[in-house]
Formats: sequence, structure tokens, C-alpha cells
Amino acid sequence: MIKFKNVTKVYPPDIVVLDNVSFEIKLGEFVSIVGKSGAGKTTLIRLLLGLEEPTSGQILFNETNILHTKRSQLQELRQKIGVIYQDYKLLNHKTVYENIAYVMAVMGEKDEKIKKEVSQILELTGLSTKADNFPNELSGGEKQRLAVARAIVNQPDVVVADEPTGNLDPYNTYEVVSLLNRFHETGKTVILASHNKEIINKLGQRVITLEEGKVIRDDKNGRFIL
Amino acid sequence: MLTSIKRVLKFACNDFSRNRGNNVAAIFVLVIPILLATSLFVFQGLSQNIISQIQSKMDVTAFFKEDAAEEDILMVRDELLGVSSEIKSIQYVSKEKALQDFTDRHKDNPDFMQALEEVGINPFLPSLNILTEQSYQYEKISSFLESGPFSQLIEKVDYSQKKDTIEKFNNISSDINKFGFILGGVLFLIAILVVLNTIKLSIDNSKDEITAMRLVGASDWFIRGPFIIQGVICGFIAFLICLIASGTAAYFLSPKLEIMAPGFSIFSYFINSLGIIALIQIGFGVGLGVLAGFILVRSYLKV
Repeated sequence: MIKFKNVTKVYPPDIVVLDNVSFEIKLGEFVSIVGKSGAGKTTLIRLLLGLEEPTSGQILFNETNILHTKRSQLQELRQKIGVIYQDYKLLNHKTVYENIAYVMAVMGEKDEKIKKEVSQILELTGLSTKADNFPNELSGGEKQRLAVARAIVNQPDVVVADEPTGNLDPYNTYEVVSLLNRFHETGKTVILASHNKEIINKLGQRVITLEEGKVIRDDKNGRFIL
Repeated sequence: MLTSIKRVLKFACNDFSRNRGNNVAAIFVLVIPILLATSLFVFQGLSQNIISQIQSKMDVTAFFKEDAAEEDILMVRDELLGVSSEIKSIQYVSKEKALQDFTDRHKDNPDFMQALEEVGINPFLPSLNILTEQSYQYEKISSFLESGPFSQLIEKVDYSQKKDTIEKFNNISSDINKFGFILGGVLFLIAILVVLNTIKLSIDNSKDEITAMRLVGASDWFIRGPFIIQGVICGFIAFLICLIASGTAAYFLSPKLEIMAPGFSIFSYFINSLGIIALIQIGFGVGLGVLAGFILVRSYLKV
């Protein structure tokens, strides 16, 4: 489903952030990408979303090289990937309901479907009572649950979460990871970039460990070892 | 497609009502160039009126020899009208008419009347009073009369006496036009920069949102559309404000300006040119709003 083939990313003048990284992620996998700050986790995710171009190597999504996709194809690709950020990246002038509905509107879904599925996802994420609130009226945990709701409402093939629990307390961390787990259980792929040792070890899923831009470990049922 | 348009309109209306502060600022900033463009238009009308009033009082008179026959003079008149489209009118004044006009004008002045009596004969020459479309055309007409085929019929052309006045007027009128054009251009440029900067600040607030929209796969038009429509709404409201403000100002300024430019009613000019003024205002308001939305959002769409 997702293939990184000898991917290197160098920022000028000669800062190597990713060094000849190769791995493959199959449909239905839950993969954690771990590493210290500056190990290259976020760059890896930005490359996957087409926000940056690799210096060399290939990134394939469903056998399509992201580097060679047109702008319109990149839009379609992003619609297939749900993304969760540490800083939420919510639409601050839209309500909770509208934030989630926006993603479906982008896909051109019908109003009835949007209404039905947004209500369901609000229920799932425990945000039904906050539907008419704006993001600045939510707590950190609620914001992140909203970000998760927005990422999964379209049932994308894959959800990428970049340090989604970085700003959360243990309770909200558990809530967010539970939501990701439930999404994974529907047969979808989850890629989680994190340096939260406890969560990674508890998940007991595949772990790719990055150090100084290199993959130093790729273990099935792995643990956070650094 | 229709659903997308409907959604873009809905997003625009929601965003407009939720960003009231920024939008009110954008509307008032848009008012500046619209009022400026309207003022320049009215100023041009006013200066044009003043210039044409002065111009209508300016003419060149060709005096014919005493023995020139009336039919020859009328032939010169017809010839001039035929060869030059720049001539607005030519009035033939016979010797008798010139004397009559002089007497009528100075009948209350005994010195003039006595002088005329002492001369004993009609001292006036038959003449053609020539009025051209533009004052700079007088020189050409004058040299045509003085050195053309009718020169033997002509005693003198009074252009050289009026030359200084006409040239001075030409210079002033050209300076007014140049000054108005440069000042208008500079002010207008400043106003556009102020508008773009204010709207940029407003769009800057939405920078993160635009990035977020891009990351969920929204197309350029799905993102840009609501900003452009908000620009249209702001521009339209600014147009309405300007139309009312400029109409009111014209109504109250009209009597004062009529003292400066007799015969020119700024309010009548406003009403008569309402179509063009409305077009200028709506064009600037909506055009600038759309342009700002289009250009400024583009810089954030590169994600």
C-alpha cells in the first residue's frame, strides 16, 4: 500500500534528515514510527502527504509515485489519507460539526449522508454535545478527538497521526489511541508517529525506529527501544 | 457542481458573518479607493466644465479688408468649415453689425459715442469670429487665413494679440490634466496598497485554516471560492456606502461649487452620470474585493 524506496531527504546546505529509508506498509497494518526529536518522523509524514519532495528515492501510495502526481491527483490522494496533527490544525471559524462535515463536503458527499455520518462520528468521539461549539471553546482532548473524527469520517484507507498525544494528559491520550485502535480494527491502516514509549509498548504492533534519519529497527510486535 | 457552488456560497456567508470585525475593516478600506475614483471622475467633469466655459469665451477674429465683398467673406467661411473639422462655429459680422454692436454696448458711454461721431464714418471692418473645438487649433486656423489662398482679402487676424492668453490657457489646462492624472494615480496606488494590505491581514488570520483545508484535500476553488465571494459582498456593501455618501456630498456641495463654476451643478452632474458613477464604484469595489481574495489566497495554496 505504502512503499518508501531508498528515500533520502537533505535540507540545504547538507542537513540529512532521512538517509536511504526503505520500508513497506500493507493495508490493515498499525505501524508506529518512533524516534527521538529530530529523528525524521515528521519529515517522513510530510513526504508521504506530498508536502515535500524527497531528494532521492521513491514514495509509492497504491503503486503511484507521489513525486510524479499532478496537483489534482495529490488532492485525491490527500482525501484518501486522514491526518491528525499534534497542533490539531482545525478550522477555527467553523463549528465542531462543520469541521467534520467540511471533509465530506470536499469529497462531494450528499447532504443527507454528511448529516448522518457526522452525527455518528460525533457520537463515537463523544462530541455530540459540542457539535455547535467552535474549536476555541474546546479542551485540548476534545480538540484532538475532533481532529480524529475529522480524519476518520470519510473512512480513508489510511490515517496518519503525527504526535497526536503530544499535548494531552494520560486520560485523553488513552481516548485518542482507543479511537485509532477502533479505526484500525475496521481493517484500515494506521501510521502513528510518536515518542510516547508507554503507548507504543502497550499497542504491541509493528514499530519502525528511526535514528538520525535512518531506519535502525523494524519489528513486528515491536517495542520502543532507544 | 451545483452542490459545490451552493456549499461555497454557504461557507462564504457563514465566514462573512463570523468574521464581522475583519469584514467591516475591509469594507471601510474599500470605501477609500471607490470614493477616490468617484472624486476623480467628478473632478474631471468639473475641470472639463470650467475649461470649456473658458474656451467658449475664446475665439479668433479674422478682419477683412473694407472692400471685401460679403459673398467672398461667406465663401471663406464655407471654405473654412469645409476644410477643417476642428472648427466649432464661424459667425459672420458685417461692418453694419459691428457698428450696431459697438453702439449697443457703449451707448451709455459719452466718450465712446463722441469719438465715433468725430470719426464720421463706420470704422469697423467686416469679420469672421471663429470658434474651434480646442484652443490649440487657433494657431493653425490663423496661419491658414494669413498665408492661405484668401490672404489678399484679409486685413488682419487677431490671433497674435490673443496668442499669449491662449497659450497660457493651454498650458494651465494641460497642467491641470497632468497634475490631476499624476495625483490621482499616486493616490489611487496608495489606496490599492492599503486595501490589499488590510485584506491580506484579514486573510492572514485564515492562513492556518487554508493549510488545513488543503491537507484534507480541498481543491483550490473550494478554498478560494468563499474568500472571493466575501470580497464580492464587501465590495458591494462598500459600493452602496459610497453611492449614498457621494450622492449626499454632491447634493450639499452643489450650491457652494456653483459659485466657483457657474452653470455647473455637481448634483445634476452626479444624477446625469449616475450610471457611469455606479459602474465605477461597483467595478472598483467588487473588482478589488475579488482581486484581493484571488491573489492573496493564492500565496497560501502552494501547500
